[in-house]
Amino acid sequence: MEKGKENRAQGVLKRISGPVVTAVGLDAHMYDVVKVGNEELMGEVIKIQGENIIIQVYEDTAGIRPGEPVGNTGLSLAVELGPGLLTSIYDGIQRPLEVLVDKMGNFIERGVSAPGLSHEKKWEFVPTVKQGDEVKAGDIIGTVQETNIVHKIMVPPRAKGGKIKKISGGSFTVDETVCVLEDGTEIAMLQRWPVRVPRPTKEKLNPDIPLITGQRILDGLFPIAKGGTAAIPGPFGSGKTVTQQQLAKWSDAEIVVYIGCGERGNEMTEVLTEFPELEDPKTGKPLMERTVLIANTSNMPVAAREASVYTGITIAEYFRDMGYDVSLMADSTSRWAEAMREISSRLEEMPGEEGYPAYLAARLSEFYERAGRVISLNGEGGSVSVIGAVSPPGGDFSEPVTQNTLRIVKVFWALDAKLSQRRHFPAINWLNSYSLYLDALNEWYDKEVSPEWNPLRAWAMGVLQKEAELQEIVQLVGSDALPDEEQVTIEVARMIREIFLQQNAYDAVDTFCPMSKQYDMMKAIKHYADLARTAQTGGATPQQVIGIRSKNELPQIKFIRDYEPELAKIMKDMEAEFDAMRAV
Amino acid sequence: MKEYRTVAQVAGPLVFVEKTEPVGYSELVNIVTADGTVKRGQVLDTSDEIVVVQVFETTAGIGRDSGIRFTGETIKMPVGKDMLGRILSGGGKPIDGGPEIVPEKRLEITGAAINPYARSSPEDFIQTGISTIDGTNTLVRGQKLPIFSASGLPHNDVALQIARQAKVPGSTEEFAVVFAAMGITREEANYFMADFEKTGALERSVVFLNLADDPAVERTITPRLALTTAEYLAFDLGYHVLVILTDMTNYCEALRQIGAAREEVPGRRGYPGYMYTDLASIYERAGIIKGVKGSVTQIPILTMPGDDITHPIPDLTGYITEGQIVVNRELHRKGIYPPINVLPSLSRLMNLGIGEGHTREDHKKVSDQLYAAYAEGNDLRGLVAIVGKDALSERDRMFLEFADLFEDRFVRQGLYEDRSIEETLDLGWELLSTLPEEQLVRIDRELIQKYHPKYRKKAQG
Ligand SMILES: Nc1ncnc2c1ncn2[C@@H]1O[C@H](COP(=O)(O)OP(=O)(O)OP(=O)(O)O)[C@@H](O)[C@H]1O
Ligand SMILES: [Mg+2]
Repeated sequence: MEKGKENRAQGVLKRISGPVVTAVGLDAHMYDVVKVGNEELMGEVIKIQGENIIIQVYEDTAGIRPGEPVGNTGLSLAVELGPGLLTSIYDGIQRPLEVLVDKMGNFIERGVSAPGLSHEKKWEFVPTVKQGDEVKAGDIIGTVQETNIVHKIMVPPRAKGGKIKKISGGSFTVDETVCVLEDGTEIAMLQRWPVRVPRPTKEKLNPDIPLITGQRILDGLFPIAKGGTAAIPGPFGSGKTVTQQQLAKWSDAEIVVYIGCGERGNEMTEVLTEFPELEDPKTGKPLMERTVLIANTSNMPVAAREASVYTGITIAEYFRDMGYDVSLMADSTSRWAEAMREISSRLEEMPGEEGYPAYLAARLSEFYERAGRVISLNGEGGSVSVIGAVSPPGGDFSEPVTQNTLRIVKVFWALDAKLSQRRHFPAINWLNSYSLYLDALNEWYDKEVSPEWNPLRAWAMGVLQKEAELQEIVQLVGSDALPDEEQVTIEVARMIREIFLQQNAYDAVDTFCPMSKQYDMMKAIKHYADLARTAQTGGATPQQVIGIRSKNELPQIKFIRDYEPELAKIMKDMEAEFDAMRAV
Repeated sequence: MKEYRTVAQVAGPLVFVEKTEPVGYSELVNIVTADGTVKRGQVLDTSDEIVVVQVFETTAGIGRDSGIRFTGETIKMPVGKDMLGRILSGGGKPIDGGPEIVPEKRLEITGAAINPYARSSPEDFIQTGISTIDGTNTLVRGQKLPIFSASGLPHNDVALQIARQAKVPGSTEEFAVVFAAMGITREEANYFMADFEKTGALERSVVFLNLADDPAVERTITPRLALTTAEYLAFDLGYHVLVILTDMTNYCEALRQIGAAREEVPGRRGYPGYMYTDLASIYERAGIIKGVKGSVTQIPILTMPGDDITHPIPDLTGYITEGQIVVNRELHRKGIYPPINVLPSLSRLMNLGIGEGHTREDHKKVSDQLYAAYAEGNDLRGLVAIVGKDALSERDRMFLEFADLFEDRFVRQGLYEDRSIEETLDLGWELLSTLPEEQLVRIDRELIQKYHPKYRKKAQG
């Protein structure tokens, strides 16, 4: 909480078992932040059992002994919110990793604290309200040009508000008062917010605008709405991280929060090196300027991994409250669930399915519930879209984390090892995946892309479905045994897969495909299918129709930035070839 | 140092000690048995009432009369420059008859996590001379790339071939090798040692041997000792270190054994629920640090129980490492060496280490196309078994033939055949040129015109 009661009660450690320790003689409430041992390691109260206060510790506990002191700060685990968040990389409890390198070198040692924001740096504050104005909780009182993003300074959500007595522009640290209310309340740019509590909003809206990602299979077939939720489960190496990074790079969100939760160190380094060099296709500014990274890798303490997800979503909500569209990626929610399981088993709680705590489902849904399109307290419209990776053991989707997640999220991008093994990327299975936002988004596609788009998508899905059925027959009798018409269907399906669905994240052009190009590509394939059908009615054989040479040029369109002239040429050649066929 | 004689219980590798003064979590413990032998252990759980100690050696001889000494510090590894060329036990003691290691430092064996901000992206291409690795699953410096194998397959030969041939083209720096054996047989260990000796690699190696008849619990510290040594060689002395850990399956079995002794709630197939985190604390100890000269590259080897890649050991490993090289029984049966199945194999850092300025501009696309074509041909084999070759279309037949050709020419190579990356890529093009040009949809036109043998011949002729 902002300023809790100063509860400095001291207790002593009684037992240490890995990241879970027990203290006695301590006054504590659930989720109080405590300082453990002589080195004052940061921890959080997670269970109270009579005299025994059970604490999860965010740092390594090696060497800590029973009898060492434990002090209660009386505060909940909270993040610092204010200018300085963007471009930062934090650990799970919002310690800036860059500062930690300065303080303790290349390896993460323990017992070092570091605030989430710089308290020395001065920011140029520009008021947007004036003396005498009435402000209430959540209202925007001024702005700071943080990167190319304007950081809006808000009255804290739990403040009373009132009439402004004094407000002035100028250079301030985050702690300095920028605004004073009549009742003497001082407002600084810094807010603290407890991570386990959702930030309040005025109203939740239904999502009806897609989050455009530049990934054809996502935007084209299984779109997520701004403020929506999606899960991307898949076995190792199937493309969860690459897909999440693609979304972090190219989705048309204004702010991106990327949580590396119990995954690899090198992947975070990759983001750190790549993002400053990539440009936001919409603004032309470096992608890093809109990004906040949370990196609690697999070998960093598990308790901090458990917290990382909350740290990330709280930061996302904060930017949402300013009126921004935020997208949050959590890679991987399974590692978060495993952290819960590990802590729970140290608590000797009754295990639920596969050893996960019984409250797994509740925690997952509480987390995804924090997504949404909202009207914030100040009346701005903003959104948090949440995309969670899931890493099911053995790639088996029937396990508890995947199943509990699928009950909550609205979009399911099912990764498929069979596809990734043959390097069909993104390896998202088009038959098993779904988006429950399709109906809500139809109107947007109608208006913003083309009235033809929705029928086109339905057609493509139909062809892919049909192909799956036909493949079963082919497996039994070979493709030559299919009726002529169906042989062409198989060819068209192959074109949809290879031209439209496959997209190379590592190709400079193909990595991002604007919606207009997606539409043109699908239209071109459909045009071929229509010409083929007409030709077949006119007596052309499948071999003739499939043998059309110009259609082999279509995949090249992917790699060309200004593709229109080339595409027009291919279409003309294709028509000419079909005409020639008829002439014979 | 105070000695307690308050052993309350001995269960499997665990010793429960009562009524001690405060003992630190994770502290190193010496246990003195009645005959004077000193065994080492580590504190797993500590409280006023009872301290749980995990013993790294057999608990034979430990009883209520044993003396327990808490050392007041966590386990440290003495490291020094003179370690290269030495053979140590799985517990870190010299077993080659040579002198004790003169320690320049004593390092914490758990090893702190590298701050992700301090890491530098691995991007130096390591040429192993093996086409299925260099061409399609490229290894880069600072990567952790395991070999997934199974009993009876030649994974040791593959690992040795890599250790022998690995080089960064254009760089004269040599690799130092840290080799950690966990629970492998004496015979296997000798096989490695003989090869190291023959090639002169032993002089730039540090070898840790925990063999099949050594205590299982010791295996849980062997890789940590090895990695502590590797980090010292890399980040203090500036070596590029290649770490081979074999066999991680034995390591995981030891973990399971300890978990069972502690009566923990088991996770999948009886392995501890924290095995992911535990394995990560080993595998994540690879990489490059900004502004620091050396690097740690890891090649862990594991045998998949029942050839099952979804078994928790390969599964959790794959979720942590940056790809995997899968050795396959079917290819082995066909007499193909190295029997690497490229389809489930992967190198995630490949894209950072290939292409212009690293290998060659066409590398990525050639690799993608080889995969796609091989996968398609391989699928058709199943179909042929049912409907016969005649039912295949012209196109399908070409892909079917491609798959055979790929295995026979690209995958197969000699135990001592060291192919350059150019040779590997050109071989790839040669095989791809057996397919009609319009089937090469993964490659852009420009590259085809530059590298496809058809156009190359024209350009030359
Ligand atoms: N869209 C894509 N385009 C090109 N390559 C891709 C794409 N998606 C995935 N890949 C390839 O697949 C590899 C594995 O993908 P990724 O690392 O995202 O897997 P993952 O599902 O996150 O695995 P893990 O669970 O182990 O983290 C990548 O290194 C890359 O080579
Ligand atoms: Mg991943």
